[in-house]
Amino acid sequence: MAALEASRRVGTAVVSKLYPTRSHTGAAQGGIAAALANLEDDSWENHAYDTIKGGDFLVDQTAAEILCREAVECIYDLEHMGLPFDRTVDGRISQRRFGGHTKPNPKYDPSAPAGTEAAKPRIPVMRSCHSADRTGHMILQTLYQQCIKQGVAFFDEFHMLDLILEDGECRGIVAIEIATGALHVFHAKSVLLATGGFGRMFKVSSNAYALTGDGPAIAYRHGMPLEDMEFYQFHPTGIYRLGILLSEACRGDGGIMFNGQGERFMERYAPNLKDLASRDVCSRSIYQEVRAGRGIGGKDYVHLDIRAETMNKYKSSPLHPDQNVDSHWVEKRLPDIIEFARTYLGVDPIKEPMPIQPTAHYAMGGLPTDLDGRVHRNARDVVPGLYSAGESACLSVHGANRLGTNSLVDLVVYGRRSGRAMADYASRVEFHSIPAHPEAAAKAAIDDLLGRPRTEPWARLRDEMQATMMDHCGVFRTEETLVKARDDIANLKQRYQRLGVQDKGSVFNTGLLEILELGNLLDLAEATVASALARRESRGAHSREDFPNRDDNAFFKHSLAFANGQEGARVEYKDVDVIHVEKDGERVPKYPLEVRKY
Amino acid sequence: MADTMAADAGTRRLTVRIKRYDPEQGGEPRWQEFQVDAHPMDRVLDVLLSIKWNQDEALGLRRSCAHGVCGSDAMRINGKNGLACKLLVNTLQGDVLTVEPILGLPVIKDLIVDMKPFFDHYKSVMPYLVNDDPPPTTERLQSPEERARFDETTKCILCACCTTACPPFWGNEKYVGPAAIVNAHRFIFDSRDQAAAERLEILNDGEGVWRCRTVFNCTSACPRDIHVTKAIQEVKHAMLTGSTSLND
Repeated sequence: MAALEASRRVGTAVVSKLYPTRSHTGAAQGGIAAALANLEDDSWENHAYDTIKGGDFLVDQTAAEILCREAVECIYDLEHMGLPFDRTVDGRISQRRFGGHTKPNPKYDPSAPAGTEAAKPRIPVMRSCHSADRTGHMILQTLYQQCIKQGVAFFDEFHMLDLILEDGECRGIVAIEIATGALHVFHAKSVLLATGGFGRMFKVSSNAYALTGDGPAIAYRHGMPLEDMEFYQFHPTGIYRLGILLSEACRGDGGIMFNGQGERFMERYAPNLKDLASRDVCSRSIYQEVRAGRGIGGKDYVHLDIRAETMNKYKSSPLHPDQNVDSHWVEKRLPDIIEFARTYLGVDPIKEPMPIQPTAHYAMGGLPTDLDGRVHRNARDVVPGLYSAGESACLSVHGANRLGTNSLVDLVVYGRRSGRAMADYASRVEFHSIPAHPEAAAKAAIDDLLGRPRTEPWARLRDEMQATMMDHCGVFRTEETLVKARDDIANLKQRYQRLGVQDKGSVFNTGLLEILELGNLLDLAEATVASALARRESRGAHSREDFPNRDDNAFFKHSLAFANGQEGARVEYKDVDVIHVEKDGERVPKYPLEVRKY
Repeated sequence: MADTMAADAGTRRLTVRIKRYDPEQGGEPRWQEFQVDAHPMDRVLDVLLSIKWNQDEALGLRRSCAHGVCGSDAMRINGKNGLACKLLVNTLQGDVLTVEPILGLPVIKDLIVDMKPFFDHYKSVMPYLVNDDPPPTTERLQSPEERARFDETTKCILCACCTTACPPFWGNEKYVGPAAIVNAHRFIFDSRDQAAAERLEILNDGEGVWRCRTVFNCTSACPRDIHVTKAIQEVKHAMLTGSTSLND
């Protein structure tokens, strides 16, 4: 999105380690949020409130309001570019419900008896614009198509190795051409990092193999901070064992989770929204059911049921209470999900429930950026010429927990803003000089790896990292588990220094690249664990069993983790952006802190 | 996953035959055999990665999402094109798994082919929406029926399984191939698009749709279950009738 926007005014190139259509945006399923109000009343203000509450109030509020306001025109923009959204009967963009997306209940009555409709202050709203359950695929294809139309230059299968930083400015990158092994220097006026997430640091993840956080890791090694790394989202419904995502649209459309005793357990944890509570709440609930011995057959998974008869029994689909659904309707709404279950589980979800477990899904944290996508080197100052957008960036619009469908809207809204800002900057400044051999450090690191014999398989280190992060820095954490994770990662980083590459070739040396990617994940794991250790409270996706409550006095602030050599990582903090309004002659917070309940 | 699950009762010893080619050694491609203990629910991709991580790190293959949506790992598996991440070990006949690169594109290393000719064909059919009217302030309207007309071909992930299964493409690398036609179809039948005539002109060329001999290899190779041959026939039909309307 940023490249498309920037290329309208300045020469733009996309450097990507995959063919661009292979990016993991294409795996996003259920939709993109915007308050179009095509099927029922809604407003961007409702969306902003949900986003801030969903993030357990760690969201920067100006950024969230811009996100929700500009979402609407961005969706129309995508439609004009050709994005094939599903349609309503009157030809408008179709929308569906998603977890945590609500509006005020017009029938709300605080004195109504608990459990009745009128007792719910907010009710689910259809806000997610969708194209079946392959919305991310359609966004990725549409943006790539438009880039071709506009003549954006692509360097496909070039893997970034380093940033060129000189006099405190970013002036380009160093990348290896995977097909030849040649190192290339890209001299640029501005650089935007859109390298996505880093879920591959965990054992069970919905993320692609390519998601190794290359951009944030390289910046971190250059002394830049990583913001809010302790907030990592586990999506409740991953395919058992494999972690492949089964969209939240399953529950938005009426799917229900059951434990081994056949109970709809979310009624206990989120009496109002139940299965449509936010993701962190649902993932913790699954873990608690499993711990209490109520997994399926006592094992570590539960069931997700999208059978039409189940939806009809619980009246949980968006068509209820007016009409029932049938399996044809379910197949039309969730075709890819049904195919994933048939292929990878051998289960036909039209006839039986699917075994699921939480899967590492999305990094709320990343490079600290501002409203124009500019990366900050500390709580105040920017790095001129360096930008980031999407999952690699932390604005923060997701705070301590992201709502479903808010990642696609984040990358579109802030991709567009960043693209505009970097085009402005590039039009204004001259090319500044770069060193004679900016590739020297990357070349030395590669020569070292190629020069050393293979001592142990790199994949063993990866497996140990993924196990310790999953077991000790996952859905639940304590001081004890985090200290264990910290020591394990430090030990793995030492062993990493001795790794050698078995393949000494130049052409498609993917073994070499996998080792470099592991190095990136280890650095990000270090920052994640350090930030999680320092935050002695529970908020959103960060759940400390030794500090089970949110502590707004001590921790209503963002963390910034800096690399600190052998010491691991150093954690500092910065304030949350809060909007104030005039009320009865007083300046009060527009979004007052409240206890988060669903 | 493969190997690490070896203790499970259900594992099965597979002989994996891989067609290897190392451009830095030169010479002809050669077959190499590996033994792997695989779990029935393992993907072919898991088997190959287990070889790469535990036996030979030099094995060259592309992979990313590992669940059939990114299109990286198209290869010829037991003689048929498919995605290594969408084929499970429990669907294989016998205990020998034969894997080689897709045909018709230059091999770079092992299972990795040069995708540039494939993407050049794709780009040649104007694979993007063209509509020069000023857009409305909200969405352009499109009925569910109009949207359904091109739904099938929006699913393409550009993996090249279809094009590299196509005998006319094997015989003539200039033929645009099934994937490019699928992507032209996606726009030709989109009610919002205004460049159908130009695309039909491009595909009416000697290297366009008329190279198709309706072998149906493309349709059976498509991991997204797109009826590729049918889409190509619809483009031919539009060319002959000059109409892309719903009622044809």
